Amino acid sequence: MAAEPNELRDDVLNGLQLSTQLERVWRTPSGLVGALMSVDHKVVGRRYILTAFAFLLLGGILAVLMRIQLAGPEKTFLSADKYNQVFTMHGSTMMFLFAVPVMEAFAVYLVPLMVGTRNIAFPRLNAFSYWMFLFGGCFLWTSFLFNVGPDVGWFSYVPLSSLQFTPTKRADVWAQMITFTEVAALAVAVEIVVTVFKLRAPGMTLDRIPLFVWAMLVTAFLVMFAMPSIMVASTSLILDRLVNTRFYDSSSGGHPLLWQHLFWFFGHPEVYIIFIPGTGMVSAILATFARRPVIGYPVVILSLIATGFLSFGLWVHHMFVTGLPQLGAALFTASSMLIAVPSGLQIFCWLATLWDGRPVYRTPLLFVIGFIVIFVLGGLSGVMVASVPIDTQVHDTYFVVAHFHYVLIGGAVFPLVGAVYYWFPKIAGRMLSERLGRWNFWLAFIGFNVAFFPMHILGLIGMPRRVYTYTADMDWAHLNLVSSGGALVFAFSFALLLANVVYSLRKGALAGDNPWDASTLEWATSSPPPPQNFDRIPVVKHRDPLWADSESLPVVAGLSAERREVLLTSLAEAEPQIREASPEPSIWPLLAAIATTIFFIGSIFTPWAVLWGTPPMAVTLIGWFWPTGSKEDEE
Amino acid sequence: MRQTIVRDVSDLPTYGYGPRSGPWWGAMGFMALEGMGFAIAIGAYLYLYAVNPTWPIGASPPDLWPGTVETVIYLLSIIPNEFTNRAAHRQGLAKARIGLIVMALIGIALLVLRGFEFAHLNTRWDNSAYGSIVWLILGLHTTHLATDVGDTVVLAVLMFTRHAKPRRFSDVTDNVFYWNFVVLAWLPLYVLLDWVPRL
Repeated sequence: MAAEPNELRDDVLNGLQLSTQLERVWRTPSGLVGALMSVDHKVVGRRYILTAFAFLLLGGILAVLMRIQLAGPEKTFLSADKYNQVFTMHGSTMMFLFAVPVMEAFAVYLVPLMVGTRNIAFPRLNAFSYWMFLFGGCFLWTSFLFNVGPDVGWFSYVPLSSLQFTPTKRADVWAQMITFTEVAALAVAVEIVVTVFKLRAPGMTLDRIPLFVWAMLVTAFLVMFAMPSIMVASTSLILDRLVNTRFYDSSSGGHPLLWQHLFWFFGHPEVYIIFIPGTGMVSAILATFARRPVIGYPVVILSLIATGFLSFGLWVHHMFVTGLPQLGAALFTASSMLIAVPSGLQIFCWLATLWDGRPVYRTPLLFVIGFIVIFVLGGLSGVMVASVPIDTQVHDTYFVVAHFHYVLIGGAVFPLVGAVYYWFPKIAGRMLSERLGRWNFWLAFIGFNVAFFPMHILGLIGMPRRVYTYTADMDWAHLNLVSSGGALVFAFSFALLLANVVYSLRKGALAGDNPWDASTLEWATSSPPPPQNFDRIPVVKHRDPLWADSESLPVVAGLSAERREVLLTSLAEAEPQIREASPEPSIWPLLAAIATTIFFIGSIFTPWAVLWGTPPMAVTLIGWFWPTGSKEDEE
Repeated sequence: MRQTIVRDVSDLPTYGYGPRSGPWWGAMGFMALEGMGFAIAIGAYLYLYAVNPTWPIGASPPDLWPGTVETVIYLLSIIPNEFTNRAAHRQGLAKARIGLIVMALIGIALLVLRGFEFAHLNTRWDNSAYGSIVWLILGLHTTHLATDVGDTVVLAVLMFTRHAKPRRFSDVTDNVFYWNFVVLAWLPLYVLLDWVPRL
């Protein structure tokens, strides 16, 4: 079981020799087929990030179209039907194809580096999850371009989405897109959990795990326990539409509210699936630019876990106007307000860190400060809508639109853009332009508030959501015009981000290994990291290893240098246990994703696809798991 | 950045059993999310049960014998499953092969029985919400069962090839572990599908 005596190990090689040998072993094969076979978490993570941002661009264009339509009364820029598709596609794209995937994408890229390992757990599953995400997103957008895009809202409420009211395939497209993205998200969640539990560097005990990694661990658990609910819901919906089951048909014992319960049992944790990674990014950025560790490390972790737990107890606050028993409404009001406590604790920890640190106001930190301001405002309106009397008044108005954009964009997008500025040097090896970054921040911050703050007022004076136009006598025109102007500025700020990325990829200053003098392990390797991540696996003796061991990094030796091997450690103490083989590149995950895509799309049109679609899936899965005969497989 | 070697890990094993290995934790992850799927489906069943004045709707409860026979087989299957587990831990190839074949046959027998169970539900999926939810739950568990049987068959075939190397025994123990979950997941579903409509 242990290393063979004649095996080439990393302790007999030095410096350049070791780097060269490990790069040869861990590299992605060259050429197109090689690229399609890649199981390197960095390659997959980069693709995930780029694809998710491409969907952000598409979703953002739809947002701009909506704001053009609503800029004045009785505009005919979009028809009612097209508007329905546009706002459905905007919400579905942003929630399912951007927000969750981009957070998981950052985790796919960063978590293995931050815990000091060479690849993510189950790299082929990781590749498969990316292809599923890509195919699911392309399927949704292709449908939209062929005028069969969903038009029943990102929540697809029944009976609106039932066959009776949506006889075309639009709701089926939506339901099946959910399944695609869910398969991808669940796979990544399992990978993250196992990577954090088993692949941490020796010595990285539970109280030395970076806060971003903690945040992604909590997020992964949320995905695992929330997503099955939408799976049951969307499967039931498509069965109702395809084979005439009666889950939501009240004439046959079904119940439309069952949909809302199942949807929101997923949908509310979904908000925290998006927000919690944002908090992890904030903690990472804040510590680096405040030049000190985040104050209250255990408090932040407990807050993350508490937020995760509480997020499952809130779903009914989306259903206050559906006629709940009063006791239920009171309970869910209390739990909805309670979740402000752990979020507030984290904010106080971050403010204390800034207060006690020596802040360096670079672009990533500006976005973090923008996050704090916007998220606190969103949190305040959240406490308002958690209250039944207020929610009853503002439900389905623009007040709610304002609230959740403050929470989601403030809670996730601002930290995310900060994270792009922060980790771009690691991923690309070059710095983003600081000057463009500052313009980017101020345009985003001002544009966002001008776009969304007036919506609070519009909601309070009665403008409903999801209307494609309004009449001039409603007196909503001025605020809508201001809002649309702000939206254009906000959109322009993203164009600036894109320009900065494109410019800096070629002309940006070289980053070096650790341009921000940060403390976590991803900065201990070169920028961009080599295929093997680390020539030798680091040993962690402190919560901030690069600050504590700034002279010399302790490492282990003895891993194979002639085949892919990762070091497994114990759950709590991170004691080395096993040198486990890490899978070679393979085309099978892609083939499995293609087979699964054919299965899913076929089953929109005929239940027989379940029969003829299964054998190709089975064949590709067997091909995926079948040993290749390589040495690590055979040992 | 300079590096200091502080530990040699070359003597560590290259595979392990149970919580020491990565695939075991992967199996745990999938059990967690699949278990959650079953829990949600049970929740949906009970919700529909609660909002309807009569249950089952327009049908008699399922015939008891298929589900009961299955349950007995599930419980008895723990014995050969444990036999396989011990054989794998001792790296006894012959016994592990026998165990895997027996477990594959048990799985196939349960799939055949599952066909009878569908036929004896006494309702169609499109009769009412009751019919829909029992077909959905049974369908979910059948998918769960079928994938595990498929996995067991592939692993059994693998153990008869040149790939039956020591680390493969770890895969066998993970398969054993997962089967215990299949059994455990079935028990509440049996009570729900076969007995709750008789309350």
